[in-house]
Amino acid sequence: MVSGDSSITMQSSFLSMQQINKRYTGVQALFDVDFDIQAGEIHCLAGTNGSGKSTLIKIICGVERADAGATITIGDSVYTQLSRKDALQHGIQVIYQDLSLFPNLTVQENISIGDTMSGSKRFISWKQSRTIAIQAMEQIGIALPLDKKVAHLSMADQQLVAISRALTKDVRLLIMDEPTTALTKKEVDALLSVIKDLNKKGVATLFISHKLNELMTVANRITVLRDGKKIGCYQASDIDAKKLEYLMTGTTSSYTPYTLNKERAGTPVLCCTKLSKKDNFHDIDLTVYPGEIVGITGLLGSGRTELAHSLFGLNPPTSGTCTINGEPVALKSVQEAVSMGVACVPENRLSDGLVLDQSISKNIVMTILDNHLSSLGLLDDEGLHEKVLEYVEALQIKISSPSSAVKTLSGGNQQRVVLAKWIATNPTLFILDNPTVGIDVAAKSSIHSIIKALAEEGMAVLIISDEIAEVLYNCNRVLVMNRGRIIGEFDSSSTTENDIQAFIDFHAM
Amino acid sequence: MKRLLARHETYIFGIIVVFSIIITAINPNFLTLENAFDILKSNAFTGIMAIGVLFVLISGGIDISFAATATIAEYLTVLICLRVGGSMLFAFFSALVIGIILGAVNGYLIDRFAVPPIITTIATMNLYYGLLIVFSKGRWIYALPQYFRTFADIRVITLYTAEGLPYGLSIVTALWFVLMVLSAGLLFYTRLGRSIYAVGGDAISAKRVGVSVKMVRIFVYAFMGAMASVAGIVQALLVQAVAPNSIVGKELNVIAAVVLGGASLAGGVGTVSGMFLGVMLLAIVQNGMTLMRVPAVWYDVFVGLVILFSVGSSSWKVKKEKVGTFIDIEPLSPPMVQEGGR
Amino acid sequence: MMRPLRLEKKETSVLVGIMILVIIIMVLANPGTFLTYTNMKGMAYQLPELGILTLAMMVVMISGGINLSIIATANMAGIVAAIILKSQPGSPSVAFLLALGACLGVSSAIGLLNGVLVAFVEMPPILATLGTMTLFNGISIVITKGYVISGFSPAVLYIGNGMLLGIPFPLLIFLLAAIVMSIFLRKTRTGFSLFMIGSNAMATKFSGINNMAVLIRTYLVSGIYSGIAALVMISRFNSAKSGYGDSYLLITILAAVLGGVKSEGGFGNVSGVVIALITLQVLSSGFNLLRVSSFLTTAIWGFIMIAVMVTNFLIENRKTRGAT
Repeated sequence: MVSGDSSITMQSSFLSMQQINKRYTGVQALFDVDFDIQAGEIHCLAGTNGSGKSTLIKIICGVERADAGATITIGDSVYTQLSRKDALQHGIQVIYQDLSLFPNLTVQENISIGDTMSGSKRFISWKQSRTIAIQAMEQIGIALPLDKKVAHLSMADQQLVAISRALTKDVRLLIMDEPTTALTKKEVDALLSVIKDLNKKGVATLFISHKLNELMTVANRITVLRDGKKIGCYQASDIDAKKLEYLMTGTTSSYTPYTLNKERAGTPVLCCTKLSKKDNFHDIDLTVYPGEIVGITGLLGSGRTELAHSLFGLNPPTSGTCTINGEPVALKSVQEAVSMGVACVPENRLSDGLVLDQSISKNIVMTILDNHLSSLGLLDDEGLHEKVLEYVEALQIKISSPSSAVKTLSGGNQQRVVLAKWIATNPTLFILDNPTVGIDVAAKSSIHSIIKALAEEGMAVLIISDEIAEVLYNCNRVLVMNRGRIIGEFDSSSTTENDIQAFIDFHAM
Repeated sequence: MKRLLARHETYIFGIIVVFSIIITAINPNFLTLENAFDILKSNAFTGIMAIGVLFVLISGGIDISFAATATIAEYLTVLICLRVGGSMLFAFFSALVIGIILGAVNGYLIDRFAVPPIITTIATMNLYYGLLIVFSKGRWIYALPQYFRTFADIRVITLYTAEGLPYGLSIVTALWFVLMVLSAGLLFYTRLGRSIYAVGGDAISAKRVGVSVKMVRIFVYAFMGAMASVAGIVQALLVQAVAPNSIVGKELNVIAAVVLGGASLAGGVGTVSGMFLGVMLLAIVQNGMTLMRVPAVWYDVFVGLVILFSVGSSSWKVKKEKVGTFIDIEPLSPPMVQEGGR
Repeated sequence: MMRPLRLEKKETSVLVGIMILVIIIMVLANPGTFLTYTNMKGMAYQLPELGILTLAMMVVMISGGINLSIIATANMAGIVAAIILKSQPGSPSVAFLLALGACLGVSSAIGLLNGVLVAFVEMPPILATLGTMTLFNGISIVITKGYVISGFSPAVLYIGNGMLLGIPFPLLIFLLAAIVMSIFLRKTRTGFSLFMIGSNAMATKFSGINNMAVLIRTYLVSGIYSGIAALVMISRFNSAKSGYGDSYLLITILAAVLGGVKSEGGFGNVSGVVIALITLQVLSSGFNLLRVSSFLTTAIWGFIMIAVMVTNFLIENRKTRGAT
C-alpha cells in the first residue's frame, strides 16, 4: 500500500495526531492511527461502517478521549487528551450525521447555541444570538424562519440548520459526517461553494463519506481507514470509485445482474392505479409481477419511502386503488397488509426494524405468533424455537445464542434477523427500503443474493435505494421517483449507472 | 416556540376566564381583590414548589421526593429555630441548606448511577420521609417562634374592606412572585437556563455543544430542593404549625399543575408563566367550588376531569397533527423520457 | 455475546442474595419470634395486598408505562362491592356474586379507560393515570361522602382472613394471581408483544403487531388485578373507604423495580417481583417484631432500593470494563 503522506507535507498543518488508539468494551476501534489536516484543506475520511472513522472524528472533536500515548497537536498546543471545550476553543465544529439539534428550541437558538455555551458570558444576549443566526444562514444563502421550532422543520431544513450552526465566525476546522444525504442538488452546490470560500480563508474541512459522492470530487486528500487501521492517505486526484472501494473493503464487489427469466404474466402481485397521498406522492401507477424485482430510486424526499409505507398500511393513501394478488386492499393497517402477504424491511433498521434490547429469537418470531398457538391459545414455545433455528440456519445468521440481544449482532446479521422475521411469514410482496445501509460489502452481497433467491421462487420484490448501483444490479427494472411522482422507468439490462444518474440530476434541478 | 407556547398559555388562560365567569355568575364574591389576594396567599406554597418542579421537568427529569424534602427542611428549621434561636432570615437560610443538600443527593444519584429519576426520587422520598417520621416521632410543633407569626402577617399592599378590616397582598405571595420572576429570568436570560432547555431537548446534543450535563442535572434537583425548602417555610408561615405528615402525598398534584401549565414530561418545554397559570387553574377550581357551595367532596372529581380533558385534548391534538414528511409534489406529470417495459 | 442473559440472571441472584441475607438477619435479630407460626401466618396475610397491587403495576411497567390509578381503582371497585353487599339484594350468596361481579366490572372498566387514554388518545401514561386516579378517588369520596362502609358477611371476610388447607386464603389468591400473570406474560401473544412494545413500540408497529390492542389489554389486566386486590382489601379491613392503601402506590413501583422490572419497559418477570415482595415483607415483619417504627421500615425500603440500583449499575459497569 502506497502512503501519500510524505509526498504532501505542507507547512501549515492545522491539526496533527499520532499514535491514536481507542479501545471500547472488547473492541479495539483504532490501532495506532496517525492523522493530519492542513489549514485550508478539504480532506475526506473514508471507510466502511466499523472502520473506526466515527471514533476518530469523536476524538478529534473531543467527545471521546484517545487512550494513553496519543499526541494531538493543534497549532502550538500539544495535548495527550483533547476535551470538547479545548476542541471548541480551537474552532473545531462538527455537523453530525444525526444533526444533533434541539427539537424543542427555535432555529435561531439552535444556530447560536454553540456560541452561547462556549462563550464566557453567563447571560444571553438575544440580539446577538439573532445576528449570529442570520449571518450563519446568509453564508449558505438561506433564510429559515428564526422563531420556528426545529421540530417543525423538514429533514432537509434541519440539515441546513445543522450546517449553519457549524459555520460560526471562528471556525477553523469544519467536520461533516455524511452531510449531504437529505439535500437537493441545489443545496449541495450552495454548500460546496461555502466550503470553497471557507477554504480560501484557511478553514480546513474534513468530511466523512462511505461512497464517492459530489463532495469527494472537491477533496484534496483522502484518508482511508479499514478495521481501525489507517490504510493510507492519498491525493484525491489519484483515486477513483473502484480504487476507493478496494481500499476501503479490501475487495472489489461484483454485482451479478438480475434478469427475469419468466414472462411477466398472470395476476400481478401488486397493482396500483393512480395511488395518491396528499403531500406525499401523486398518481402512482405501479404493477409488479411474481418473480420480479423492481427498484425505486431518486433523491431522498422524492416520496419513495412514503409510498413504501403506504403499501405496507402505515400511511393510508388518500385516493387511487390498489390490489394485492388480485384482491383490492384498503391499505389502512399493517395487520391487513401483513395478512395479504406484504412484508416490509424499513429504512431505519435500528429504530423501526428491530427491538434491539430483546433477544434474536423474539425478534424473529414476532411476526408469526398467530401460527404457533397451542389448542389453549397459548404460545407454542417448541414450535417457535424450531422456527428460529430454521431461519438462523437458512440465512446463516452468526449468533452465539438465540437468546442474546439483537444489539449484540453486527449490522449485516441484524439485517438478516429482519429478513428472517419477514420470510417466516411467507410474503408474496416484499418491500425493502434501503436494505443494505450501513452494512459492509461482504454482508451486502449476501443479502442481495438472499433477495434474488426469494424472487426466483416467485416472490415479488420492491427495492428502494439511494444507491443507483444497488437497484440497477439487483432489479430487472428501475423506477425513478422525484417530488412525489414516478418520472421514469429503465430496463436494467440496457441501462448504465450514468444514464440514471444523469436522468436524476436533470430532473432535480 | 414562543408562539406555540403562547398558544398553550392563552388556552389555559381561556379556561381560567371561562371558569371565573361561571363562578362569578354564581357568587360575585369570587371576583374581588380580597378573594384574589387570598387565593394567591394560600397557593404560594404550592406555587413555589411548582417552580422547582418546572425546572426538573424542563431538564427532562421528574421528582417525587420534593414534598418529603419540604417537610424535612420545614421541620428541622423550626426545630433549630426553637432550640438555638434565630431570625426569619436564618430560618430561610437553614431551610435552603437542607433543601439543596437533599436535592443534590437526588441529582447526584440520577446522574452518576443512571437510575431513572422517577425511581430514584421515589426511593429517596421513602428514605427521607421515613427517617423524618422516625426521628420526629410524628409530633406536631405548635409553638412557632414569634417572628414566624410577625413575618406571616406582613402585607406588601394593605387595603381595607368596607367594614374597615385590613386585607392585602401577603409577603408570602410577594416572595412567590419574586421567585417566579427570578426563575423566569434565569431560564430565559442565562446560559444555565438555556442549558436546562438544551439538556431536556437532547442530552447528547447538549454535551456536544459543551454543556456540562452532569452539572445541569445536579443543579435542577438541588434547585428543586431549594424551592421545596422555601415552600416548607412558607407552609409553616401559613399554617403556624408544623406537621410532619401534611405535605407528603401532594406531590402528584403539584406535578399535575405544572403539566397543565404546558411543561412536558418528555422535557425541554415549559415556562414560568404557563406554570403560574396551571397552579392558578387548580387553585381557582378549588376556591370556586367553595364559593359556589359545591361540597368539597367534589374537588377531586373536578381536578381529575380538568387533568384528563386538558392533557387529553393536547395529546389528541399532537396525535392528529402528527404528519409524515411533506413532499412538494411536482405540479404536472412530466413526459416519460425513457421507454421501459410498461 | 451471552452478556445480556447472564446479566439478567445476575440481577436476580443479587436479589435472591439480598432476600436470604435479610431473612438471616431477621431470624438472628428475632430469636424465637421470627421463625414462629404466628409470624409466618402474619406475613402470609399481609403480603397478598401489596403483592397483587404490585402485579397490577408491573404489567404496565413492562409495556413502558405506569399506572398511578391502581389504588384508586381498587378503592372504587371495593366501595361499589361494599355498597352492593350492604344493600343486600336477594340472598347473601346472590349479593356476594353480584358484589364480586361489580368489583371486577368496575375495575375492568377503569382499566379499559386507562388503556384507551394511553393507547388511543396517546396521553403519557403517567398523566392519564394521574387523571383517572384523581377522578376515581373523587368519585369514591362523592359516593361515600368520605365515610367508611363496613361490616360484611363471613363469606366476604373469608377472602381476606380465611384459611384453606392450612394456607391463608389471600395467599392462595396471590399465588394464583402470580401464576396467571406469569402465564399471561410468557405464554400469550399479548404478553409477548407487551415486552416488545415496552422496548421499541415503533418496531412492533412495523412488524404488524397491533400496539393499540395490546396496550389496551395491558391496562385492562392491570385494572382487573386492582379489582382482585380490592376484594382482598375490603375483606381484610372489613370495610371500604376511599384513600385506603394510598401509601402502597409508590411502594408497588419500588417493589416492581426491586424485582427487576425495568422502569423504561421491556423487561421484568413475576418470580423476581415475588422475591422482592418477600424481601420487603420479611423486613417489615422483622422490624415490627423488633418494635421498630414502620416508618423506619419505609426508609430502609428506600435505602435498599437505592443500594440495589447502585449495585446493579456498578456490576454492569465492571462487566463492560472487565470484558476488555
